[in-house]
Amino acid sequence: MTAPMTETNTQNLASYNFAYLDEQTKRMIRRAILKGIAIPGYQVPFASREMPMPYGWGTGGVQVTAAIIGRDDVLKVIDQGADDTTNAVSIRAFFAKTAGVATTTATPDATIIQTRHRIPETPLHAGQVLVYQVPIPEPLRFLEPRETETRKMHALEEYGLMHVKLYEDIARNGRIATTYAYPVKVEGRYVMDPSPTPKFDNPKMHQSEALQLFGAGREKRIYAVPPHTNVVSLDFEDHPFEIQHFTEPCALCGAEQVYLDEVVLDDKGGRMFVCSDTHHCESRRAEGHRGALLGDEPVVEKEAAI
Amino acid sequence: MSDADTLEALAKAGIPAPVKPLLTVEKLTRVYGKRIGCADVSFDLWPGEVLAIVGESGSGKTTLLNCISSRLTPTCGTVHYRMRDGVSADIYKMAEAERRYLMRTDWGFVHQNPIDGLRMTVSAGANVGERLMAVGNRHYGNIRGAAIEWLARVEIDEDRVDDQPRTFSGGMRQRLQIARNLVTEPRLVFMDEPTGGLDVSVQARLLDLLRGLVSDLGLAVVVVTHDLAVARLLSDRMIVMKEGRVIEAGLTDRVLDDPRAPYTQLLVSSILQV
Repeated sequence: MTAPMTETNTQNLASYNFAYLDEQTKRMIRRAILKGIAIPGYQVPFASREMPMPYGWGTGGVQVTAAIIGRDDVLKVIDQGADDTTNAVSIRAFFAKTAGVATTTATPDATIIQTRHRIPETPLHAGQVLVYQVPIPEPLRFLEPRETETRKMHALEEYGLMHVKLYEDIARNGRIATTYAYPVKVEGRYVMDPSPTPKFDNPKMHQSEALQLFGAGREKRIYAVPPHTNVVSLDFEDHPFEIQHFTEPCALCGAEQVYLDEVVLDDKGGRMFVCSDTHHCESRRAEGHRGALLGDEPVVEKEAAI
Repeated sequence: MSDADTLEALAKAGIPAPVKPLLTVEKLTRVYGKRIGCADVSFDLWPGEVLAIVGESGSGKTTLLNCISSRLTPTCGTVHYRMRDGVSADIYKMAEAERRYLMRTDWGFVHQNPIDGLRMTVSAGANVGERLMAVGNRHYGNIRGAAIEWLARVEIDEDRVDDQPRTFSGGMRQRLQIARNLVTEPRLVFMDEPTGGLDVSVQARLLDLLRGLVSDLGLAVVVVTHDLAVARLLSDRMIVMKEGRVIEAGLTDRVLDDPRAPYTQLLVSSILQV
Protein backbone atom coordinates (compact mmCIF):
# COMPACT_ATOMS: atom_id res chain seq x y z
CA MET A 1 0.00 0.00 0.00
CA THR A 2 1.35 3.35 -0.92
CA ALA A 3 1.81 6.05 1.65
CA PRO A 4 -0.69 8.87 1.48
CA MET A 5 0.55 11.88 -0.45
CA THR A 6 1.40 14.30 2.31
CA GLU A 7 2.64 17.77 1.61
CA THR A 8 6.23 16.84 2.61
CA ASN A 9 6.19 13.84 0.31
CA THR A 10 5.09 15.89 -2.64
CA GLN A 11 7.84 18.36 -1.92
CA ASN A 12 10.44 15.61 -1.76
CA LEU A 13 9.35 14.15 -5.05
CA ALA A 14 9.39 17.39 -6.90
CA SER A 15 12.46 19.01 -5.38
CA TYR A 16 16.10 18.89 -6.31
CA ASN A 17 19.03 18.63 -3.96
CA PHE A 18 20.44 22.03 -3.00
CA ALA A 19 22.07 23.57 -6.10
CA TYR A 20 20.85 20.74 -8.37
CA LEU A 21 23.84 18.34 -8.08
CA ASP A 22 23.85 15.51 -5.52
CA GLU A 23 26.27 15.77 -2.61
CA GLN A 24 28.61 13.00 -3.83
CA THR A 25 29.08 14.76 -7.16
CA LYS A 26 29.75 18.04 -5.40
CA ARG A 27 32.40 16.39 -3.24
CA MET A 28 34.03 14.92 -6.33
CA ILE A 29 34.09 18.35 -7.98
CA ARG A 30 35.42 20.01 -4.82
CA ARG A 31 38.27 17.51 -4.69
CA ALA A 32 39.16 18.43 -8.28
CA ILE A 33 38.95 22.14 -7.41
CA LEU A 34 41.23 21.69 -4.38
CA LYS A 35 43.76 19.83 -6.48
CA GLY A 36 43.55 22.57 -9.12
CA ILE A 37 44.20 25.24 -6.49
CA ALA A 38 47.16 23.25 -5.17
CA ILE A 39 48.71 23.05 -8.64
CA PRO A 40 47.91 26.42 -10.28
CA GLY A 41 47.20 26.13 -13.99
CA TYR A 42 47.17 22.30 -14.04
CA GLN A 43 44.13 20.75 -15.74
CA VAL A 44 42.51 18.30 -13.31
CA PRO A 45 40.28 15.67 -14.93
CA PHE A 46 36.87 15.25 -13.28
CA ALA A 47 33.75 13.20 -13.90
CA SER A 48 31.68 15.87 -15.58
CA ARG A 49 27.91 15.32 -15.28
CA GLU A 50 25.09 15.85 -17.69
CA MET A 51 23.50 19.21 -16.93
CA PRO A 52 20.08 20.44 -18.01
CA MET A 53 21.65 22.55 -20.75
CA PRO A 54 23.66 21.79 -23.90
CA TYR A 55 27.45 21.44 -23.90
CA GLY A 56 29.03 24.75 -24.84
CA TRP A 57 26.49 26.71 -22.79
CA GLY A 58 28.51 26.63 -19.60
CA THR A 59 28.04 23.14 -18.19
CA GLY A 60 31.55 23.24 -16.68
CA GLY A 61 31.05 26.61 -15.03
CA VAL A 62 27.62 25.61 -13.70
CA GLN A 63 29.03 22.45 -12.12
CA VAL A 64 31.85 24.39 -10.44
CA THR A 65 29.38 27.01 -9.17
CA ALA A 66 27.01 24.30 -7.92
CA ALA A 67 29.85 22.63 -6.02
CA ILE A 68 31.01 25.79 -4.23
CA ILE A 69 27.78 27.76 -3.70
CA GLY A 70 26.30 28.02 -0.20
CA ARG A 71 23.05 29.47 1.13
CA ASP A 72 24.71 32.79 2.05
CA ASP A 73 26.35 33.36 -1.33
CA VAL A 74 25.35 36.14 -3.66
CA LEU A 75 25.59 35.12 -7.32
CA LYS A 76 26.31 37.26 -10.36
CA VAL A 77 26.39 35.74 -13.85
CA ILE A 78 27.76 37.53 -16.89
CA ASP A 79 27.85 36.61 -20.54
CA GLN A 80 30.40 38.66 -22.53
CA GLY A 81 30.31 41.18 -19.69
CA ALA A 82 26.53 41.57 -19.81
CA ASP A 83 24.14 40.60 -17.00
CA ASP A 84 21.09 40.68 -19.25
CA THR A 85 21.81 38.20 -22.06
CA THR A 86 20.13 34.79 -22.42
CA ASN A 87 22.90 32.63 -20.98
CA ALA A 88 23.46 34.92 -17.99
CA VAL A 89 19.77 35.29 -17.21
CA SER A 90 19.05 31.55 -17.43
CA ILE A 91 22.01 30.46 -15.29
CA ARG A 92 21.13 33.11 -12.68
CA ALA A 93 17.53 31.89 -12.67
CA PHE A 94 18.71 28.28 -12.47
CA PHE A 95 20.58 28.88 -9.22
CA ALA A 96 17.90 31.17 -7.82
CA LYS A 97 15.51 28.25 -8.28
CA THR A 98 17.65 25.24 -7.33
CA ALA A 99 19.66 26.84 -4.51
CA GLY A 100 17.44 29.73 -3.52
CA VAL A 101 20.44 32.06 -3.29
CA ALA A 102 20.39 35.81 -3.68
CA THR A 103 21.49 37.12 -7.06
CA THR A 104 22.84 40.47 -8.05
CA THR A 105 24.24 42.34 -11.01
CA ALA A 106 26.55 44.53 -8.91
CA THR A 107 30.12 43.24 -9.10
CA PRO A 108 31.24 44.36 -5.61
CA ASP A 109 28.20 42.73 -3.93
CA ALA A 110 28.68 39.28 -5.46
CA THR A 111 30.57 36.49 -3.70
CA ILE A 112 30.52 34.20 -6.73
CA ILE A 113 30.69 35.56 -10.28
CA GLN A 114 30.20 33.04 -13.05
CA THR A 115 31.53 34.42 -16.29
CA ARG A 116 31.59 33.57 -19.93
CA HIS A 117 34.63 35.27 -21.39
CA ARG A 118 35.02 38.53 -19.46
CA ILE A 119 36.52 39.70 -16.19
CA PRO A 120 34.50 42.58 -14.70
CA GLU A 121 36.02 46.06 -15.00
CA THR A 122 35.54 46.73 -11.28
CA PRO A 123 38.59 45.20 -9.53
CA LEU A 124 37.67 42.05 -7.64
CA HIS A 125 38.27 41.87 -3.92
CA ALA A 126 39.42 39.17 -1.54
CA GLY A 127 36.75 36.58 -0.80
CA GLN A 128 35.20 36.70 -4.26
CA VAL A 129 35.32 33.69 -6.59
CA LEU A 130 35.35 34.07 -10.36
CA VAL A 131 34.08 30.95 -12.17
CA TYR A 132 34.93 30.72 -15.87
CA GLN A 133 33.03 28.67 -18.44
CA VAL A 134 35.70 27.07 -20.61
CA PRO A 135 35.04 25.47 -24.00
CA ILE A 136 38.55 24.11 -24.74
CA PRO A 137 40.93 24.01 -21.76
CA GLU A 138 43.99 22.75 -23.65
CA PRO A 139 46.10 25.67 -24.96
CA LEU A 140 48.16 23.30 -27.12
CA ARG A 141 45.13 21.60 -28.70
CA PHE A 142 45.25 23.28 -32.11
CA LEU A 143 49.00 22.72 -32.38
CA GLU A 144 49.08 19.12 -31.15
CA PRO A 145 45.85 17.14 -31.52
CA ARG A 146 46.93 14.12 -29.41
CA GLU A 147 45.85 14.39 -25.76
CA THR A 148 48.52 11.85 -24.72
CA GLU A 149 51.16 14.07 -26.26
CA THR A 150 49.88 17.39 -24.84
CA ARG A 151 49.74 15.93 -21.33
CA LYS A 152 53.33 14.78 -21.72
CA MET A 153 54.30 18.24 -22.94
CA HIS A 154 52.73 19.82 -19.84
CA ALA A 155 54.40 17.26 -17.59
CA LEU A 156 57.83 17.88 -19.09
CA GLU A 157 57.27 21.63 -19.49
CA GLU A 158 57.85 21.49 -23.25
CA TYR A 159 56.20 24.71 -24.30
CA GLY A 160 58.27 25.64 -27.37
CA LEU A 161 55.27 24.87 -29.55
CA MET A 162 53.23 27.65 -27.95
CA HIS A 163 55.76 30.16 -29.22
CA VAL A 164 55.61 28.58 -32.68
CA LYS A 165 52.01 29.77 -32.79
CA LEU A 166 52.97 33.29 -31.74
CA TYR A 167 55.87 33.27 -34.25
CA GLU A 168 53.41 32.29 -36.97
CA ASP A 169 51.17 35.20 -35.97
CA ILE A 170 53.97 37.73 -36.32
CA ALA A 171 55.24 36.19 -39.57
CA ARG A 172 51.77 36.48 -41.12
CA ASN A 173 50.46 39.68 -39.60
CA GLY A 174 53.50 41.58 -38.41
CA ARG A 175 52.28 41.40 -34.82
CA ILE A 176 50.80 38.88 -32.40
CA ALA A 177 47.27 38.72 -33.79
CA THR A 178 45.83 36.44 -31.12
CA THR A 179 43.18 38.58 -29.43
CA TYR A 180 41.39 36.09 -27.20
CA ALA A 181 42.33 32.82 -25.46
CA TYR A 182 45.79 34.32 -25.27
CA PRO A 183 48.08 31.75 -23.57
CA VAL A 184 49.48 32.58 -20.14
CA LYS A 185 52.07 30.97 -17.89
CA VAL A 186 50.85 30.45 -14.33
CA GLU A 187 53.32 30.83 -11.45
CA GLY A 188 56.22 30.09 -13.80
CA ARG A 189 55.12 26.53 -14.49
CA TYR A 190 51.97 25.58 -16.40
CA VAL A 191 50.87 27.20 -19.65
CA MET A 192 47.13 27.78 -19.41
CA ASP A 193 44.32 28.83 -21.68
CA PRO A 194 42.50 31.67 -19.88
CA SER A 195 39.29 30.55 -21.68
CA PRO A 196 38.28 32.76 -24.58
CA THR A 197 38.48 36.02 -22.61
CA PRO A 198 39.83 38.91 -24.67
CA LYS A 199 43.55 39.41 -24.02
CA PHE A 200 42.48 42.80 -22.63
CA ASP A 201 41.56 40.91 -19.44
CA ASN A 202 44.80 38.91 -19.13
CA PRO A 203 46.55 41.49 -16.89
CA LYS A 204 43.58 41.34 -14.48
CA MET A 205 44.33 37.65 -13.80
CA HIS A 206 47.81 38.49 -12.57
CA GLN A 207 48.02 38.76 -8.76
CA SER A 208 44.23 38.90 -8.53
CA GLU A 209 42.72 39.18 -5.04
CA ALA A 210 39.92 36.80 -6.01
CA LEU A 211 40.06 33.04 -6.51
CA GLN A 212 39.67 32.07 -10.17
CA LEU A 213 38.18 28.68 -11.06
CA PHE A 214 37.83 27.27 -14.57
CA GLY A 215 35.36 24.53 -15.53
CA ALA A 216 35.18 22.75 -18.87
CA GLY A 217 32.15 20.43 -18.89
CA ARG A 218 32.46 18.73 -22.24
CA GLU A 219 36.24 18.34 -21.93
CA LYS A 220 35.90 17.22 -18.28
CA ARG A 221 38.66 19.46 -16.89
CA ILE A 222 38.87 21.85 -13.94
CA TYR A 223 41.76 24.22 -13.28
CA ALA A 224 42.38 27.14 -10.98
CA VAL A 225 44.40 30.25 -10.29
CA PRO A 226 44.54 30.96 -6.53
CA PRO A 227 44.63 34.58 -5.30
CA HIS A 228 47.95 36.43 -5.56
CA THR A 229 49.34 34.16 -8.26
CA ASN A 230 51.63 35.27 -11.08
CA VAL A 231 49.92 35.04 -14.46
CA VAL A 232 52.17 36.13 -17.31
CA SER A 233 51.09 36.36 -20.95
CA LEU A 234 53.55 34.69 -23.33
CA ASP A 235 55.39 36.92 -25.78
CA PHE A 236 58.68 37.62 -27.55
CA GLU A 237 61.35 40.00 -26.28
CA ASP A 238 61.04 42.13 -29.42
CA HIS A 239 57.23 41.71 -29.67
CA PRO A 240 56.01 42.20 -26.10
CA PHE A 241 52.45 41.41 -25.00
CA GLU A 242 49.96 44.24 -25.55
CA ILE A 243 46.28 44.61 -24.76
CA GLN A 244 43.73 46.03 -27.17
CA HIS A 245 43.39 49.81 -27.34
CA PHE A 246 40.25 51.67 -28.27
CA THR A 247 40.35 55.03 -29.98
CA GLU A 248 37.09 56.37 -28.55
CA PRO A 249 35.45 56.19 -25.12
CA CYS A 250 32.20 54.35 -24.37
CA ALA A 251 29.35 56.05 -26.25
CA LEU A 252 26.98 55.76 -23.28
CA CYS A 253 29.08 56.40 -20.18
CA GLY A 254 32.25 57.95 -21.59
CA ALA A 255 34.53 55.40 -19.90
CA GLU A 256 38.08 54.98 -21.20
CA GLN A 257 40.52 52.09 -20.61
CA VAL A 258 37.67 49.59 -20.66
CA TYR A 259 36.76 46.82 -23.09
CA LEU A 260 34.19 48.02 -25.64
CA ASP A 261 31.65 46.19 -27.80
CA GLU A 262 30.81 47.43 -31.25
CA VAL A 263 27.07 47.94 -31.79
CA VAL A 264 25.70 48.42 -35.30
CA LEU A 265 23.00 51.11 -35.27
CA ASP A 266 21.55 51.09 -38.77
CA ASP A 267 22.23 49.74 -42.25
CA LYS A 268 24.11 52.89 -43.33
CA GLY A 269 27.32 52.11 -41.47
CA GLY A 270 26.27 53.77 -38.23
CA ARG A 271 27.86 52.18 -35.18
CA MET A 272 28.84 52.89 -31.63
CA PHE A 273 31.22 51.46 -29.09
CA VAL A 274 29.84 50.72 -25.62
CA CYS A 275 31.17 49.08 -22.47
CA SER A 276 30.96 45.31 -22.63
CA ASP A 277 30.57 45.28 -18.83
CA THR A 278 26.94 46.39 -18.40
CA HIS A 279 27.14 46.83 -14.63
CA HIS A 280 30.18 49.07 -14.96
CA CYS A 281 28.45 51.17 -17.62
CA GLU A 282 25.19 51.48 -15.67
CA SER A 283 26.89 52.45 -12.43
CA ARG A 284 28.93 55.10 -14.22
CA ARG A 285 25.80 56.56 -15.80
CA ALA A 286 24.11 56.58 -12.40
CA GLU A 287 27.08 58.61 -11.16
CA GLY A 288 26.35 61.16 -13.86
CA HIS A 289 28.93 60.26 -16.53
CA ARG A 290 27.55 60.80 -19.99
CA GLY A 291 28.79 59.45 -23.31
CA ALA A 292 28.41 61.12 -26.70
CA LEU A 293 25.39 59.08 -27.79
CA LEU A 294 23.52 58.85 -24.49
CA GLY A 295 20.02 60.23 -25.05
CA ASP A 296 17.72 61.73 -22.46
CA GLU A 297 14.89 59.74 -20.94
CA PRO A 298 11.88 60.20 -23.18
CA VAL A 299 9.35 62.58 -21.62
CA VAL A 300 6.02 60.82 -21.79
CA GLU A 301 3.30 63.25 -22.54
CA LYS A 302 0.22 61.35 -21.52
CA GLU A 303 -2.31 63.88 -22.66
CA ALA A 304 -0.77 64.26 -26.08
CA ALA A 305 -0.73 60.52 -26.49
CA ILE A 306 -4.41 60.29 -25.90
CA MET B 1 99.60 -0.42 -16.99
CA SER B 2 96.14 1.00 -16.30
CA ASP B 3 94.18 3.14 -18.75
CA ALA B 4 94.79 6.28 -16.70
CA ASP B 5 98.54 5.66 -16.73
CA THR B 6 98.49 5.13 -20.47
CA LEU B 7 96.63 8.38 -21.02
CA GLU B 8 99.06 10.24 -18.79
CA ALA B 9 102.02 8.78 -20.68
CA LEU B 10 100.47 9.77 -24.00
CA ALA B 11 99.79 13.29 -22.75
CA LYS B 12 103.43 13.64 -21.65
CA ALA B 13 104.63 12.52 -25.07
CA GLY B 14 102.42 15.25 -26.62
CA ILE B 15 100.08 12.78 -28.25
CA PRO B 16 96.41 13.83 -27.88
CA ALA B 17 94.24 11.49 -25.83
CA PRO B 18 92.37 9.03 -27.98
CA VAL B 19 88.86 10.08 -28.89
CA LYS B 20 86.14 8.04 -27.25
CA PRO B 21 83.11 6.78 -29.15
CA LEU B 22 80.09 9.08 -29.26
CA LEU B 23 77.58 6.27 -29.32
CA THR B 24 78.10 2.72 -28.08
CA VAL B 25 75.51 0.10 -28.94
CA GLU B 26 75.81 -3.24 -27.17
CA LYS B 27 73.88 -6.42 -27.90
CA LEU B 28 70.80 -4.52 -28.93
CA THR B 29 67.80 -6.76 -29.53
CA ARG B 30 64.21 -5.99 -30.32
CA VAL B 31 61.66 -8.72 -30.81
CA TYR B 32 58.06 -8.42 -31.90
CA GLY B 33 56.45 -11.40 -30.19
CA LYS B 34 58.13 -14.39 -31.81
CA ARG B 35 59.55 -12.38 -34.68
CA ILE B 36 62.92 -10.73 -34.57
CA GLY B 37 63.19 -7.02 -35.38
CA CYS B 38 66.91 -6.90 -34.84
CA ALA B 39 69.12 -9.15 -32.75
CA ASP B 40 72.42 -8.83 -30.96
CA VAL B 41 73.65 -5.70 -32.73
CA SER B 42 76.78 -4.04 -31.33
CA PHE B 43 78.81 -1.17 -32.77
CA ASP B 44 80.56 2.07 -31.85
CA LEU B 45 80.02 5.38 -33.58
CA TRP B 46 82.82 7.92 -33.40
CA PRO B 47 82.49 11.70 -33.44
CA GLY B 48 82.25 13.01 -36.99
CA GLU B 49 81.74 9.55 -38.44
CA VAL B 50 79.04 8.57 -40.92
CA LEU B 51 77.76 5.04 -40.51
CA ALA B 52 75.44 3.48 -43.07
CA ILE B 53 73.09 0.63 -42.21
CA VAL B 54 72.17 -1.23 -45.38
CA GLY B 55 70.10 -4.26 -46.16
CA GLU B 56 66.95 -5.26 -47.99
CA SER B 57 63.42 -4.36 -46.88
CA GLY B 58 62.47 -6.10 -43.65
CA SER B 59 66.06 -6.71 -42.60
CA GLY B 60 65.62 -4.71 -39.38
CA LYS B 61 67.34 -1.47 -40.42
CA THR B 62 64.57 0.85 -39.28
CA THR B 63 63.93 -1.12 -36.07
CA LEU B 64 67.61 -0.75 -35.23
CA LEU B 65 67.58 2.98 -36.04
CA ASN B 66 64.48 3.57 -33.90
CA CYS B 67 66.01 1.62 -31.01
CA ILE B 68 69.25 3.58 -30.97
CA SER B 69 67.47 6.91 -31.38
CA SER B 70 65.23 6.23 -28.34
CA ARG B 71 62.08 6.14 -30.43
CA LEU B 72 61.47 2.44 -29.74
CA THR B 73 62.39 0.70 -26.49
CA PRO B 74 64.66 -2.31 -27.19
CA THR B 75 63.88 -5.71 -25.67
CA CYS B 76 67.42 -5.96 -24.32
CA GLY B 77 70.83 -4.43 -24.87
CA THR B 78 72.12 -0.95 -24.12
CA VAL B 79 72.77 2.30 -25.94
CA HIS B 80 75.30 4.67 -24.38
CA TYR B 81 75.71 8.24 -25.58
CA ARG B 82 78.60 10.50 -24.65
CA MET B 83 77.13 13.85 -23.58
CA ARG B 84 78.80 17.19 -24.22
CA ASP B 85 80.37 17.05 -20.75
CA GLY B 86 82.18 13.82 -21.69
CA VAL B 87 80.06 11.55 -19.51
CA SER B 88 78.67 8.47 -21.20
CA ALA B 89 75.04 7.82 -20.28
CA ASP B 90 72.65 4.96 -20.98
CA ILE B 91 69.84 6.65 -22.90
CA TYR B 92 67.24 4.24 -21.57
CA LYS B 93 68.20 4.98 -17.95
CA MET B 94 67.81 8.75 -18.36
CA ALA B 95 64.71 10.56 -17.17
CA GLU B 96 62.25 11.04 -20.02
CA ALA B 97 62.57 14.83 -19.82
CA GLU B 98 66.35 14.59 -20.25
CA ARG B 99 66.04 12.15 -23.13
CA ARG B 100 63.54 14.34 -24.96
CA TYR B 101 65.71 17.38 -24.37
CA LEU B 102 68.64 15.50 -25.86
CA MET B 103 66.53 14.53 -28.87
CA ARG B 104 65.69 18.09 -29.72
CA THR B 105 69.06 19.69 -29.02
CA ASP B 106 71.98 17.33 -29.46
CA TRP B 107 70.30 14.92 -31.85
CA GLY B 108 68.43 15.18 -35.10
CA PHE B 109 66.13 12.76 -36.88
CA VAL B 110 65.51 13.03 -40.61
CA HIS B 111 62.49 10.99 -41.66
CA GLN B 112 62.11 9.37 -45.04
CA ASN B 113 58.81 11.17 -45.51
CA PRO B 114 59.18 14.90 -44.72
CA ILE B 115 55.52 15.04 -43.61
CA ASP B 116 56.52 12.99 -40.54
CA GLY B 117 59.28 15.39 -39.62
CA LEU B 118 57.71 18.77 -40.43
CA ARG B 119 54.73 20.75 -39.24
CA MET B 120 52.92 21.13 -42.52
CA THR B 121 50.58 23.91 -41.36
CA VAL B 122 53.12 26.37 -40.04
CA SER B 123 55.58 28.37 -42.12
CA ALA B 124 59.07 27.19 -43.08
CA GLY B 125 60.54 29.80 -40.74
CA ALA B 126 58.56 28.52 -37.77
CA ASN B 127 59.53 24.95 -38.66
CA VAL B 128 63.20 25.82 -38.49
CA GLY B 129 62.72 28.07 -35.46
CA GLU B 130 60.74 25.55 -33.39
CA ARG B 131 63.80 23.92 -31.83
CA LEU B 132 65.26 27.32 -30.95
CA MET B 133 62.01 28.29 -29.23
CA ALA B 134 61.93 24.91 -27.48
CA VAL B 135 65.31 25.59 -25.87
CA GLY B 136 64.15 29.00 -24.66
CA ASN B 137 64.96 31.48 -27.42
CA ARG B 138 62.43 34.31 -27.09
CA HIS B 139 63.62 36.91 -29.58
CA TYR B 140 61.54 36.90 -32.76
CA GLY B 141 64.15 38.75 -34.83
CA ASN B 142 66.95 36.37 -33.87
CA ILE B 143 64.83 33.26 -34.47
CA ARG B 144 63.79 34.52 -37.87
CA GLY B 145 67.37 35.49 -38.71
CA ALA B 146 68.60 32.00 -37.83
CA ALA B 147 65.78 30.45 -39.87
CA ILE B 148 66.65 32.51 -42.95
CA GLU B 149 70.34 31.67 -42.58
CA TRP B 150 69.56 27.97 -42.40
CA LEU B 151 67.19 28.12 -45.36
CA ALA B 152 70.04 29.65 -47.36
CA ARG B 153 72.38 26.86 -46.26
CA VAL B 154 69.97 24.25 -47.59
CA GLU B 155 69.41 26.27 -50.78
CA ILE B 156 65.88 27.48 -50.12
CA ASP B 157 65.18 31.09 -51.17
CA GLU B 158 64.74 33.63 -48.39
CA ASP B 159 61.37 34.71 -49.78
CA ARG B 160 59.92 31.25 -49.04
CA VAL B 161 60.44 31.72 -45.29
CA ASP B 162 56.76 32.50 -44.63
CA ASP B 163 55.39 29.80 -46.94
CA GLN B 164 54.02 26.57 -45.56
CA PRO B 165 55.92 23.37 -46.42
CA ARG B 166 52.85 21.94 -48.13
CA THR B 167 53.57 24.38 -50.96
CA PHE B 168 57.11 22.97 -51.30
CA SER B 169 58.33 20.25 -53.65
CA GLY B 170 59.52 16.91 -52.26
CA GLY B 171 63.19 17.86 -52.47
CA MET B 172 62.61 21.24 -50.82
CA ARG B 173 60.62 19.61 -48.01
CA GLN B 174 63.48 17.21 -47.36
CA ARG B 175 66.00 20.08 -47.30
CA LEU B 176 63.72 22.01 -44.96
CA GLN B 177 63.55 18.99 -42.67
CA ILE B 178 67.34 18.86 -42.62
CA ALA B 179 67.57 22.58 -41.77
CA ARG B 180 64.99 22.13 -38.98
CA ASN B 181 67.14 19.39 -37.45
CA LEU B 182 70.48 21.11 -37.78
CA VAL B 183 69.52 24.54 -36.40
CA THR B 184 70.49 23.62 -32.83
CA GLU B 185 73.86 22.30 -34.10
CA PRO B 186 73.38 18.70 -33.02
CA ARG B 187 76.31 16.31 -32.79
CA LEU B 188 74.44 13.21 -33.92
CA VAL B 189 71.85 12.91 -36.67
CA PHE B 190 69.80 9.85 -37.55
CA MET B 191 68.52 9.56 -41.11
CA ASP B 192 65.99 7.07 -42.39
CA GLU B 193 66.27 6.80 -46.19
CA PRO B 194 66.81 10.55 -46.59
CA THR B 195 66.73 10.36 -50.38
CA GLY B 196 63.90 7.86 -50.72
CA GLY B 197 61.13 8.94 -53.04
CA LEU B 198 63.13 11.68 -54.75
CA ASP B 199 64.09 11.64 -58.41
CA VAL B 200 67.76 11.06 -59.20
CA SER B 201 68.81 14.63 -59.99
CA VAL B 202 67.20 15.89 -56.77
CA GLN B 203 68.81 12.98 -54.93
CA ALA B 204 72.21 13.94 -56.25
CA ARG B 205 71.85 17.56 -55.11
CA LEU B 206 70.58 16.50 -51.71
CA LEU B 207 73.48 14.09 -51.25
CA ASP B 208 75.92 16.79 -52.28
CA LEU B 209 74.35 19.15 -49.74
CA LEU B 210 74.41 16.52 -46.99
CA ARG B 211 78.07 15.72 -47.66
CA GLY B 212 78.94 19.39 -47.38
CA LEU B 213 76.99 19.89 -44.16
CA VAL B 214 78.31 16.73 -42.53
CA SER B 215 81.93 17.70 -43.17
CA ASP B 216 81.41 21.40 -42.28
CA LEU B 217 79.68 20.67 -38.99
CA GLY B 218 81.62 17.53 -38.08
CA LEU B 219 78.34 15.65 -37.64
CA ALA B 220 78.17 12.04 -36.65
CA VAL B 221 75.45 10.38 -38.72
CA VAL B 222 73.69 7.05 -38.70
CA VAL B 223 72.00 6.69 -42.07
CA VAL B 224 69.67 3.87 -42.98
CA THR B 225 69.42 3.16 -46.69
CA HIS B 226 68.80 0.37 -49.12
CA ASP B 227 70.58 2.36 -51.79
CA LEU B 228 74.24 1.31 -51.90
CA ALA B 229 75.16 4.35 -53.98
CA VAL B 230 73.93 6.60 -51.14
CA ALA B 231 75.96 4.56 -48.68
CA ARG B 232 79.09 4.82 -50.85
CA LEU B 233 78.75 8.59 -51.26
CA LEU B 234 77.91 9.50 -47.66
CA SER B 235 79.34 6.97 -45.30
CA ASP B 236 82.75 6.10 -43.89
CA ARG B 237 81.73 2.76 -42.49
CA MET B 238 78.83 0.44 -43.08
CA ILE B 239 76.87 -2.36 -41.51
CA VAL B 240 75.06 -4.92 -43.64
CA MET B 241 71.95 -6.46 -42.11
CA LYS B 242 69.93 -9.50 -43.03
CA GLU B 243 67.01 -10.99 -41.10
CA GLY B 244 67.69 -8.73 -38.13
CA ARG B 245 71.35 -9.58 -37.72
CA VAL B 246 74.57 -7.89 -38.76
CA ILE B 247 76.24 -10.10 -41.32
CA GLU B 248 79.08 -7.83 -42.33
CA ALA B 249 80.63 -4.59 -41.08
CA GLY B 250 83.61 -2.56 -42.19
CA LEU B 251 84.84 0.48 -44.08
CA THR B 252 82.41 1.36 -46.84
CA ASP B 253 84.93 1.04 -49.65
CA ARG B 254 86.14 -2.30 -48.36
CA VAL B 255 82.63 -3.74 -48.02
CA LEU B 256 81.51 -2.53 -51.43
CA ASP B 257 84.70 -3.41 -53.33
CA ASP B 258 85.48 -6.65 -51.55
CA PRO B 259 82.30 -8.03 -50.05
CA ARG B 260 82.88 -11.16 -47.98
CA ALA B 261 79.50 -12.48 -46.89
CA PRO B 262 77.63 -14.20 -49.71
CA TYR B 263 74.60 -12.00 -49.13
CA THR B 264 76.69 -8.81 -49.40
CA GLN B 265 78.18 -10.14 -52.62
CA LEU B 266 74.68 -10.64 -53.95
CA LEU B 267 73.65 -7.16 -52.81
CA VAL B 268 76.67 -5.49 -54.44
CA SER B 269 76.27 -7.43 -57.65
CA SER B 270 72.61 -6.39 -57.82
CA ILE B 271 73.47 -2.71 -58.35
CA LEU B 272 72.21 -1.71 -61.77
CA GLN B 273 74.98 -0.63 -64.08
CA VAL B 274 74.00 2.22 -66.36
